[in-house]
Amino acid sequence: MTTVIENNQKNDRLEVGTPLLEVKDLHVEFHTRDGIAKAVNGVNYSVAAGETLAVLGESGSGKSVTAQTIMGILDMPPGKVTQGQILFRGQDMLTMGNEERRKIRGQKIAMIFQDALSALNPVLSVGYQLGEMFRVHQGASKKEAKEKAIELMDRVRIPAARQRVNDYPHQFSGGMRQRIMIAMALSLQPDLIIADEPTTALDVTVQAQVMDLLAELQAEYNMGLILITHDLGVVADVADKIAVMYAGRIVETAPVHELYANPAHPYTKGLLRSIPRLDQKGQELYAIKGLPPNLLKVPAGCAFNPRCDVATDLCRTEIPALHHVTDKDGKELTGRRSACHLWKETLHG
Amino acid sequence: MAENILEVKDLVKHYPLTQGVLFKKQVGAVKAVDGISFELKKGETLGIVGESGCGKSTLAKVLMNLERATSGQVLFKGEDISQLSGAALKSVRRNIQMVFQDPYTSLNPRMTVGDIIGEPFEIHPEVAPKGDRRKAVQDLLDVVGLNPEYINRYPHQFSGGQRQRIGIARGLALKPEIIICDEPVSALDVSVQAQVINLLEQLQSEFELSYMFIAHDLSIVRHISDRVGVMYLGKMVEIGSDEEIYDNATHPYTQALLSAVPVPDPAARESRDRIILSGDIPSPANPPSGCRFRTRCWKAEDRCAEEIPLLAVPTVLKGAAAHDSACHFPEVRVQAAA
Repeated sequence: MTTVIENNQKNDRLEVGTPLLEVKDLHVEFHTRDGIAKAVNGVNYSVAAGETLAVLGESGSGKSVTAQTIMGILDMPPGKVTQGQILFRGQDMLTMGNEERRKIRGQKIAMIFQDALSALNPVLSVGYQLGEMFRVHQGASKKEAKEKAIELMDRVRIPAARQRVNDYPHQFSGGMRQRIMIAMALSLQPDLIIADEPTTALDVTVQAQVMDLLAELQAEYNMGLILITHDLGVVADVADKIAVMYAGRIVETAPVHELYANPAHPYTKGLLRSIPRLDQKGQELYAIKGLPPNLLKVPAGCAFNPRCDVATDLCRTEIPALHHVTDKDGKELTGRRSACHLWKETLHG
Repeated sequence: MAENILEVKDLVKHYPLTQGVLFKKQVGAVKAVDGISFELKKGETLGIVGESGCGKSTLAKVLMNLERATSGQVLFKGEDISQLSGAALKSVRRNIQMVFQDPYTSLNPRMTVGDIIGEPFEIHPEVAPKGDRRKAVQDLLDVVGLNPEYINRYPHQFSGGQRQRIGIARGLALKPEIIICDEPVSALDVSVQAQVINLLEQLQSEFELSYMFIAHDLSIVRHISDRVGVMYLGKMVEIGSDEEIYDNATHPYTQALLSAVPVPDPAARESRDRIILSGDIPSPANPPSGCRFRTRCWKAEDRCAEEIPLLAVPTVLKGAAAHDSACHFPEVRVQAAA
């Protein structure tokens, strides 16, 4: 046990830019009574130390299933990984044993869930739940664990941490509970944090506090962050690069500034256009027509084609590859990909 | 737009806190809505924004008379409806309908769409005679952009956006004059939100509806509202036209709220001048003395703890900054140059 503690105390923070996680061609499906739902259909993304990747998508786009698969907390069955690799610092986590995986989960990769009230155990004090990380992973004694819990609560700026360490989750406000979740994720100083809609349940003023805190801690520890969200505003605020998902596929990836300025996929373009803007007051909002597809019967060809304004016959028959995107002179744009047959027209007008 | 269709005067809703089992003794009150006044004009959309716990949903319930006001008046076309009961209440309720936040829990899963939208006609048979009801429901489905043939389907056969359309059709059934929308799009996907907002705007011009639009998404509220009211801990802290509130806010809470909204433009990331409020919203059972925002306000002085600021047009300000604001030190925030 002592070696684990020593390893952890040794400040082996990774350099900014070191590749951390790479998801390669991941396929996940769910076997349901009504058939097979293909929730994730070939997802590729990567995140490096100190980097923030935002995964943007609507409900049912597969963004959370991908995250759960990375964490190894996907319910199997009904879920099943049919293809792909998840490389964490070069090692494929899908092929490693349970024991090995357990050492990564929580210590190297931690997760922050959307709803802190249901993610915390209501019958255990927050101090006990925070300390559990140290007791289980580092073999700390109860007393040590409690001291560490207080330290962590201070770290995420919970006022009067020492007095509140024995309080129960319901005694904290929503923003404070989310801070406790962040503290728990940070407790073992992981290399990578996956935050699944961390501020969706919070008010804007509290959201600003929590996102600020997360960004500050990330910078301090050089952590990689995968931020899963549907909020285009939050993404613009914190992300370095973005992966847009639709019906289980990545439809576009790009550095944040370029995506907002010049989307290369009609779905991204539609999402950005449907944000109410000041100069459009009193006019009809642009709305993407139709509804997100049912994962049991995803449309043939490009999954977005029934809702797309520019779809052609090709889009209805052939699934578009994730093309490299080039500028007008044919020079490749780094980090930019688009899964649209008509990406050139979409990008260059 | 001149006529006031709804006038709210000094509305108060306190929920008593009691102690003891047999002899219940009131030991305090949760001051959910504590003295709110505003008016809603015909054909207008009034947006109400504020954080959770500020009392905006309680306000909606009191206006609907689902909760009885502790004191104050709600005047519908000049008549006080807050103390009505029985037949008089029933007839006035026809004119004020509500669209709820969560289209998953606000529709009964065991009723068909036809029954859900047609149920208001059971209560108010004068609106549609029995023989015409099916036709009336199908017309409503058509109005909200759903296939009239879906009349016999159940709510689970629809997506979130479609369910919200069903909720809107139910709200329209009795041809009301006012619709109170309590977070109508917050449970919907981004790409579907715009569809529902467009539908609400289109229905407003078609049926001359007045909306009270309660939401926490400030950009959507700005898009749809003519006037916006900002609530904090049971009080209206600022109210004015969208331009007055969004560009010339004079109350520090409104300024903090606006600055906290993430802007969907990464270019604005560095240039933004954000106010990060410290702490949480205090308990409405024991609100701070004087100005309720003072515990989180950076401008607070002794006077704020002693004297409750009234919602009034500050005399020191001119132009668009001169609108109702409940602050002792109102001023338009000077943004750092972008």
